[in-house]
This record gives sequence, structure tokens and C-alpha cells, in this order.
Amino acid sequence: MGCDCAGMMTRREMIQRLVTGATGSLLVWTFPALAAEGEDPRDRPLYAYAVDTTRCIGCCACMRACRAENDVPDGCFRTWIERYRVRANGEVLVDVAAGDDHVFEEDPVPDTVKAFFVPKLCNHCEKSVCSQVCPVGATYETPEGVVLVDQKRCIGCGYCVQACPYGTRFIHPTKHYADKCTLCYHRISRGELPACVLACPKGVRIFGDLHDPESRLSTMLKQRRYRVLKPEMGTHPKCYYLDLDFEVV
Amino acid sequence: MATEPKVEKFDSAVLRGRHSYDTVTDKIASIVLTRNQPRAWIFGAAIAFSLLMLFLYTAAMVVAKGIGIWGNNVPVAWALDIINFVWWIGIGHAGTLISAILLLLKQDWRTSINRFAEAMTLFAVACAGMFPLLHLGRVWVFYWLMPYPNTFALWPQFRSPLVWDVFAVSTYALVSLMFWFVGLIPDLATLRDRAQNRAAQIFYGVLAMGWSGSARHWSRYETAYMILAALSTPLVLSVHSVVSFDFAVSVLPGWHTTVFPPYFVAGAVFAGFAMVLTLAIPLRKIYGLQDLITMKHLDNMAKVMLATGLIVIYGYAMEGFMAWYSGSPNERFMMYNRLFGPYGYTYWLLLLCNFVAVQFLWSPRIRRSTLGLFIVAMFVNVGMWLERFVIIVTSLSRDFLPSSWAQYHPTFWDTGLFIGSIGLFLTLMFVFIRLLPMISIFEMRDLVHKTGGGSPRESAENKRK
Repeated sequence: MGCDCAGMMTRREMIQRLVTGATGSLLVWTFPALAAEGEDPRDRPLYAYAVDTTRCIGCCACMRACRAENDVPDGCFRTWIERYRVRANGEVLVDVAAGDDHVFEEDPVPDTVKAFFVPKLCNHCEKSVCSQVCPVGATYETPEGVVLVDQKRCIGCGYCVQACPYGTRFIHPTKHYADKCTLCYHRISRGELPACVLACPKGVRIFGDLHDPESRLSTMLKQRRYRVLKPEMGTHPKCYYLDLDFEVV
Repeated sequence: MATEPKVEKFDSAVLRGRHSYDTVTDKIASIVLTRNQPRAWIFGAAIAFSLLMLFLYTAAMVVAKGIGIWGNNVPVAWALDIINFVWWIGIGHAGTLISAILLLLKQDWRTSINRFAEAMTLFAVACAGMFPLLHLGRVWVFYWLMPYPNTFALWPQFRSPLVWDVFAVSTYALVSLMFWFVGLIPDLATLRDRAQNRAAQIFYGVLAMGWSGSARHWSRYETAYMILAALSTPLVLSVHSVVSFDFAVSVLPGWHTTVFPPYFVAGAVFAGFAMVLTLAIPLRKIYGLQDLITMKHLDNMAKVMLATGLIVIYGYAMEGFMAWYSGSPNERFMMYNRLFGPYGYTYWLLLLCNFVAVQFLWSPRIRRSTLGLFIVAMFVNVGMWLERFVIIVTSLSRDFLPSSWAQYHPTFWDTGLFIGSIGLFLTLMFVFIRLLPMISIFEMRDLVHKTGGGSPRESAENKRK
């Protein structure tokens, strides 16, 4: 009984193809640019944010603008301002303007030697913890580097709320999904500025494209001292704090 | 109902009294096949059922109104829901450990406690499974956690420990259920053959799946049981390790620690044995099972509790040491907050329950006193719940961000769901005791054989008595 071997691969051909395939895979793995079909990621914008901590006056206009723009529910914040007060004995007191009117309470602290404000928001980390722990992949990063939540996909387990070392997330009390700062993605994708940046009377908040060397953000980061929050976490935040005091955590 | 002497004499027998094959079968089967139940059963089942109603009510309200009715806030977005999940899943460890690991290690003392310990495992895992579901903001889409074919190409995110949990817990529940059911089949056939009532004959007959006790059936049974034991053994270690990853993988102080997997597994066995003792001590008294569940069993379980308790205490010590040794101000503050923060009292209570109370088990007098053991087991039950409270609520309430620190205050819906889940567990236990043999009949007969009893002459003598 004969075997119809016409069209079948010979042993030699199979070995040749396996070796070719393995070599190709090794090359692509070694030089990933070979697989990128000529697309340079720097052609796209990479959005980031800077906060000039020396200029903030704690007026909380950014918080009110954010609430109005994004329909943030009462008692929750996508962005907030922390007031740091350092006493002579080294004690650091931190509070926020948590009321509905977003105004800091007049609460004099004796022996205060230093006081300043620090605006906080989602750091849109390059290696975000929140997207790693999300069990359904509802948290994702856009090609422009903005970390977003797919509100229809989120199951509301709250894991990202716990995992974020910057405390920027909350579970929406009525819609039951995780919510946070989107850098006003609906605005920036139209070429507009985020609401908080527009509202700030002192120009504390600086939004821009890290891939554009001429952007104000890139220039500031070249000229000023800055640091990110909790660099030891390895999250590679994209929110840069200019002249930040070491008391800030 | 047998009367128990005030102080039971300790002997190392795993089967006391002069028992034959008939007497052990009669003793265990009669609990199920008798129409009347002891008053303690009726009273206990009534309380358990009332609490089950509380569970159903609170669970329905959480689904209808959302988890906003709980006391959870930011930063304490996980609280009693996850505490209860971890507590119940920990309790669900002892059954499979007793059944599978002690079987593979050929420990005879597992025989009279394995059945209800396995049942306890299943019911505890059932209670545990409720909480991760209910804690979802949108519980109706829980199935998104599982990989299923869909036209949107949506897939779970396998880097998330929550997805690992889904697989770990569901595998454990499934294998434990199979293990329990396979082990029940010969006994179900015994009940089918002994039942006088037609409905009972049909009920046990269907569940016995045509078991005839032939050599072929026994051979298949032995093979299946050993395979399931081998499958269950790694699961005992893996489930709580995976549960601990929920915390260990996060970067939060008090959570991000490599000691968690072994410390959680030891804690789970510790909690599981405490719950087995909590159930075994009243059960043997109510149903007069002192001959079958002897002081040797209780003594051995107490020793396992002591050993695993010491590992847990080592875990606490390591947490403190690493907080200091890490040099991280966040970690050091976490430990300071545990000891002296607003929830500091829970940590001291935890040490009282899991450290101080357990030291009494060094004494043979306590290990061999049912009352003493019961009290220690209750302390451990409370202590293990507090341990999860400390890990979750105390750590979260004062996290990295001082500006968002907040206290957690449970509402009626938090506590109602927790107490209700105890009702769910106890109701399932009471139904189990009523319908199924709580001690393995055929394995006890085997034990009678091994301990030299059970000859036909002895059986006949026992019958004459």
C-alpha cells in the first residue's frame, strides 16, 4: 500500500523552516523595533503633568472646576489640595478642603514654622499598579499615556482603590464603578486644556506633551528641580512636582 | 444519649469501648435515620435559620442598593466583606487537611472527624464565596471574572490576584466537593439499605449511585479516593497562598510582605482546627459520640493548633521585625499604628486570643479537658477574625496619604451580613447532620477491624446485649 506523499514537507524542509522561524523570532525579540512596522512612538504625544508647588495658594478653584467639568459626586475627589503645616517640633499636619465648598478651614496651629499647599491627582503612572490589579482589564493606558477606566467594563471590586499608592481612586457611590482623574481626556483629545489647569489663577498646574521638546512642560522639566511622589514604588509616575518639600508623601 | 463523665479519662485509643461492625454502624446511622432529633438540634437549627434569614435580607439589600450602604469609605474600600471572605476561607482549610493529608500520611485518628470536617470545609467555602461576589459594586457582572467565549474578545486580566483567587477558590471548592461526595458513597448505600422509609430509600439510593459493595466497586473507590486526596493536598497549600497574594502583591504598608503565604496557610489550618473543635466538642456530647471521637482526637487537634499557632505568632513577630529592619518610615508607622493607633485595641485583643490563649495548649490538662479546649478554640475563632481586621482595616485606615486617613465604622448591613453568614454556615451544618452520616461509617468499621474488634462472635454478643 503506497502513501501519497505529494505536497508533504520533507524532513529537511521542516528543519529549515524551524530554524528560519526561530532565528526570526530571536531577531524580533532582540530588536523589537524590527516588528514595529516603522512607527515611532515619539510621533504620538505623551501627556504628562507638572505641579509648581511654590505657587499654589490653596484657593481650590481646580477642585471646583474638576467637579463641574466631570460631575464628581459629593465627598469624592478626582483632584484635591493638601495643606501642609510644619510645627517647630517637626510635627507635620496635613489636611484637605474636604467640604462641599472646597475651602480650607481657618484653624491656626501654634508654632507653625512652615506651611504650603500641594495639589494632588492621578499620577498616570507608566507602570500603574491599578491596571495590574484590575481583574477584568477595565483600567488601561491610552497611546498618549493617560490611564483611564472603562466604566462599562469595571465590576467595582475596589482593588484598584486599595492598590493605588497615591490614593487617587474612589468607587462612584451611585454608578458603582472605579473613578479617577482622566486628565479631562474628552478635552485634551480636542486640543483643549484640562479643566483644573484652565481654572488655576496662579498657573500652578502645567499640562503638556513630553514628546514635544518645545512644550512648556518639557521646558520646565529641563529648567527646574522636580521629583515624583513615591519613586521607590517603581510606578514611574508622570506627574512631576517642582520644588517639592521633603515633608510631602 | 450517652452521659459523659465530668472529667474524661484520657487514653490514646482512637476508638473507645467494645465496638463491633454493627455497633458503630448502628450508632452513626441511627442519628440520620431516626425521626426525632435532640432538642439541642432543634434549638440550634432554629437560631441558625433565623440568622440565615438575616443573611438573605442583608445580601438582598446590598445587591439592590449597592455597597454604599456599608461603612466602607476611601481609603478603607475593603473592610468586613474581605475580612469575612478570608476568615471563612481559612476555616475551610482544616477539612481537606484532615481528609487528604492525614490520609496520605496514614493517620488513623482522622477517621472519625474527617467527614464533618470536610462538610465544614465545603460550607465555609460556600460562605467565603458569597463575600467576593457581594463586595463587587456591580455583582450582576461577576462572570466577567471568568474566561468565557464572547464576541467582544473580552478576557480577564490574568496579572490580577483577584483572578487567581477565582481559579484557586473555585478549584478548591470543586475538588473538596468531589472528595467529600466520593467518600460518602459507601455510607449512602448503607443508609439506603437500612432506611425503613420509602422516601429515604429513594433519596439515599439515588445518591449512592448503585453502590453494591462489590470488590470492583471498592477497587475503583480506593483509586478515586487516593487520586482526589493527592489532588487536594497541594490545594490546601495553594488556596490560602493565593488569597494572601491579594494583599502581598499590593504595595501598601502592612500588605506588601513575602511572609504572607506561609503565614496565611498556617493561620488557615489554625483557624480550621479551632472551628473543627468548636463543632466536634458539642456534637460528641449531644449525640453521645465520645467512643468514636475520643479524647485522643481532641488532644491531637489541640497539638496541631498549638503548632500552627506558633507559626502564626512567628509571622506576627516577623511583621514587626521587618517593619523595623526595612528602614521604611511607612512600614514602621504601620506597626506603630497597629499597636497604638485608633484600632490598637484590636491588635492587643488579637495577641490575647492567638498568642496568650494558645499557650494554654502546652498543658495536657487543658488539651484533655473539653471545656478548656472549647474555650481556647473560641478564642482562636475570634482571634483569627481580628487578625484579618488588623491586616485590612487598620492598614488601610492610615495608608500612605495622611490627608485621606479615615476611620471605618461598620453599619448594620456590614455586621448583619457577617452574622448572617454564620447562620448560613450553621444551617448547612444542621442540615448535614440531619441528612448525612457525620462520621464515616465504613471507615469506622475498618478502624474496628484494625483495633481488633468486629469479629462475628463479638457482633453476636453485642447484639444479645
